Amino acid sequence: MQLNRRNMLALTGATALTSVGGGLARAAAWEPNKPVEFIIMAGKGGGADKMARLMQSIVESKGMSPRPLVPQNKPGGTGAEALVHMNTVGDPDHAIMVTLNSFFTTPLRQPDLGVDIMGFAPVARMAEDTFLLWVHKDEGITTFEQYLEVAKSRGADWIMGGTGKASEDNIVTDFLNGEFGLDMTYVPYKGGGAVAKDLAGRQITSSVNNPSEALGFYESGDVIPIVAFTDERLPMFPDVPTLKEKGTDFVYYMQRAVVGAPGMSDDALAFYTDLFKQVFDSKEWQDYRSAKSLLGDFMAGDDLRAYWQAQRDRHESILKAAGQI
Amino acid sequence: MEVLTLLWDGILTAFEPQNLLLMFIGVTAGLFIGAMPGLGSVNGVAILLPATFLVPPTSALIFLAAIYYGAMYGGAISSVTLGIPGASTAVATTFDGRPLALKGRADRALVTAALASFIGGTVANLLFTGFAPPLASVALRFGPPETFALMLLAFSTFVGLGGDDVPKTIFSVAFGLLLATVGADPVEGTPRLMFFGLEAFRANINFLVLAIGVYGIGEMLWTINSTRNKVTMTEAKISAKGIVDSAKEASGAWRGTAIGSFLGFFVGILPAAGATPGSLMAYGITKMTSKKPEEFGKGSLDGVAAPEAANNSASTGSMLPMLTLGIPGSPTTAILLGGMVLWQLEPGPRMFSDRADIVWPLIGSFYVSNLIAVVVNLAFIPLFLWMLRMPFTILAPIIFVLSIVGGYAATEKIYDVWLIVIFGVLAFFMRKLDYPVAPMVLAIVLGPITEETFRQTLTRSRGDFGAFFESAIAAPIIIIALLLIFMPLIKSIWRKLRPRKAREGT
Amino acid sequence: MRKAEIIGAIVFALFSIYLMWKSGEVASWDTAGRFSNLWFNEYGEPETGFWPFALSVIMFICCIWIGVNWWRRTSPPSRSTDIFLDRFGINMLITVVGGVVAFVALSSIISMYFAMTLFLIYYIGILGRNRWVTTLSVALGAPVVTFLFFEWQMRIVLPKGYAEPVFLPLYDIFLNTGAS
Repeated sequence: MQLNRRNMLALTGATALTSVGGGLARAAAWEPNKPVEFIIMAGKGGGADKMARLMQSIVESKGMSPRPLVPQNKPGGTGAEALVHMNTVGDPDHAIMVTLNSFFTTPLRQPDLGVDIMGFAPVARMAEDTFLLWVHKDEGITTFEQYLEVAKSRGADWIMGGTGKASEDNIVTDFLNGEFGLDMTYVPYKGGGAVAKDLAGRQITSSVNNPSEALGFYESGDVIPIVAFTDERLPMFPDVPTLKEKGTDFVYYMQRAVVGAPGMSDDALAFYTDLFKQVFDSKEWQDYRSAKSLLGDFMAGDDLRAYWQAQRDRHESILKAAGQI
Repeated sequence: MEVLTLLWDGILTAFEPQNLLLMFIGVTAGLFIGAMPGLGSVNGVAILLPATFLVPPTSALIFLAAIYYGAMYGGAISSVTLGIPGASTAVATTFDGRPLALKGRADRALVTAALASFIGGTVANLLFTGFAPPLASVALRFGPPETFALMLLAFSTFVGLGGDDVPKTIFSVAFGLLLATVGADPVEGTPRLMFFGLEAFRANINFLVLAIGVYGIGEMLWTINSTRNKVTMTEAKISAKGIVDSAKEASGAWRGTAIGSFLGFFVGILPAAGATPGSLMAYGITKMTSKKPEEFGKGSLDGVAAPEAANNSASTGSMLPMLTLGIPGSPTTAILLGGMVLWQLEPGPRMFSDRADIVWPLIGSFYVSNLIAVVVNLAFIPLFLWMLRMPFTILAPIIFVLSIVGGYAATEKIYDVWLIVIFGVLAFFMRKLDYPVAPMVLAIVLGPITEETFRQTLTRSRGDFGAFFESAIAAPIIIIALLLIFMPLIKSIWRKLRPRKAREGT
Repeated sequence: MRKAEIIGAIVFALFSIYLMWKSGEVASWDTAGRFSNLWFNEYGEPETGFWPFALSVIMFICCIWIGVNWWRRTSPPSRSTDIFLDRFGINMLITVVGGVVAFVALSSIISMYFAMTLFLIYYIGILGRNRWVTTLSVALGAPVVTFLFFEWQMRIVLPKGYAEPVFLPLYDIFLNTGAS
């Protein structure tokens, strides 16, 4: 049963080469010698999962790594399961993880996890995802001012759907409620896709989906963006104002980064950073970035650590202000 | 008709030699992956996804869909031959498939399953071709209260069926739902029911862990104990004539097939539901409307045909929300969706109009894959029967090894393997005491969706239970479900009242 | 059998009570006490313990119901006079479950592959008293097939325990993606 042609090629290639010393030239550099655990701290089918599988496919189809990355979803406890797994993994040189903002919020909300995110190895930040405020077109809302007016008049009947509790979407909702004196009800969902679908089906009245999640229904004309939570207008939505333009200084991004297990050796870290730099530079990744309206440059090493520290402190003050911790 | 022209072009594309070959490989690989306990279409599709970069996107999608089809057929094989459902969608197939195998009629069960799957798939394909866009709008109307109502209906088909001990059935359902709550709370993310404070319980208990424990270990122990190691699983002969005879007999199961084909599709297109409640409800309704309900659970061919037709039909149906709404109905379609993103295809409301060049060959390939799958499946039946003729003292340990290795493969955590052993021993004792175990296994699959939609509905209405009855779709479904749950109670009160009246009359 | 039926119901009832108590457990950093999470919060949302607690109550009610049926002798096991577990049953549980437990325990020490071989030799050869040729061919063939199917084709890494170094050359052959 020939399931995978590449494996067959690899088999013949490997037996011919390894003994002769094809790997000798690179003997100095560290390389994984067994399959690499590629942990995803979210469920199958979500934004993080899609992105992780895209990265894995790029690595695999271009033969960038001598051993395969084996994706494993550990969504339990808003990422707590994945963080604990990484913290206690037996071989830190062969375990990397795709993260989102729950990387900051979950250890803050669940102090008994004993996870210090600054101990993780900063492999690479691949992008920053953006947030927009969406409503169904039949609400007849086109501007942010109208939105505030209608949401205020409906009080608790205005339903904001989002992914998870005390998550990115919840933080943005809490901010809007507090800043503009609204009483929107926040309903948590398991994934952004389900939120987008329920907005299109008018089960909820607004959402703060990432563009990648709401794009399909935006293109079909079911949902419309009202305002963006970014520093500048997004190239894909040039007519959508930012909240900053509306006089409220609030921007919020989602990190899409790859981290290594605590205790990873410097050599291994260098290998993975180099690997994901190649992924970042690939045409497939750059196309995905522009198609999904992703921002954020490549970042690694100490820069990434400093970014984590800043993000962690910011989330701590946001969660404290919202009474979540 | 425009649709027919598009479909015809699509089928022609599917018949190109490269695509045909890919479908053949995909279906065969899917069949074996699906037949392995612990592995299902989700593993097959996830692992072979990167391999598909060698071919153009249309062929790659056709290949992945073929694996999906093959695995659906394969699920029935392990349900019948090993008694272990390879996927949650095939649990209902064990109800009658397993008794048939133990009676030495595994050949009949396998052929019926294959043919019913084929018909279910074909019906679904026709519905899909004709009505995809309007059906998508039906799916959009299913929000949290409607989905909760549907889950309640799925559970009620169990309880309402009667026959089994009612309190034990309800106990089993509640216990399964409770096992689904172990670990992190799906809404809050905080840990719940962390037994003995073990960190391992933070992750939720996977369906396969319970299913493999119950069927792979528990049922095996029960079989060894009740047959004293003297089972010969089947004496079926391997011959083409045997398959033809079986096919003739299978045609008697047309009612189950018909119910499964249509019901499965309509449940399958609802995004959150997927094929598991579809196959379960099809089994329940076929039994309820059957002239010989007492044969069910003891080896009725209708009881194999209904869930098999339904799960194939539902699997095709669950492609619909994926293609038209961009919402995956199952983990497998989620990975397919991920694949489509790589090829820069954005499934969503505009997929049918914008990317007809991809959609129609894919739909065309559904028809062809389905045909290839039934042929390949029938061709391999002798091999699976040969496996069943091994002496039981060899087959039993092989099943144990498959359960342990497959159970590990499902979640890749050794603690889950320990749970499998514990659930296995528990299931053995429950089985001895006449507690039905299947409701427990299905409850753990449907539990997270049930709890999530229950809580979402109440969060939305800020604690007002009336919200379940405000929806024009949810209210009637809930009422039917409650009637079915209380049916045995109503029946027993009715029976008690009537004789008394009769006695008073005389 | 009749005795086993009521013992089963009592054990499950006690277990349900334990689950009710366990459902009331709040996260260690939560300042509200035990059982504070069983009802609705101030926004009308059901809290984390609501659903599991309700389910354990249903389980408990079912156990009482089973007990009532036992008392009235309306369920088949409560009328049965069969022995619940005879000698054969007890022996079977000890030898078979013991073998499986040893298999799992050894998996994380000497790898699932070697554990599998030992288990198959034990079951097929010693318990099943099959011919040694059959026993050894299955016991040695199974790990090879497993490796080829799971690790090579399906990319699922099975536990290796302390035997990991033995497998490194195999990775070199089978899991080399060809990147040089």
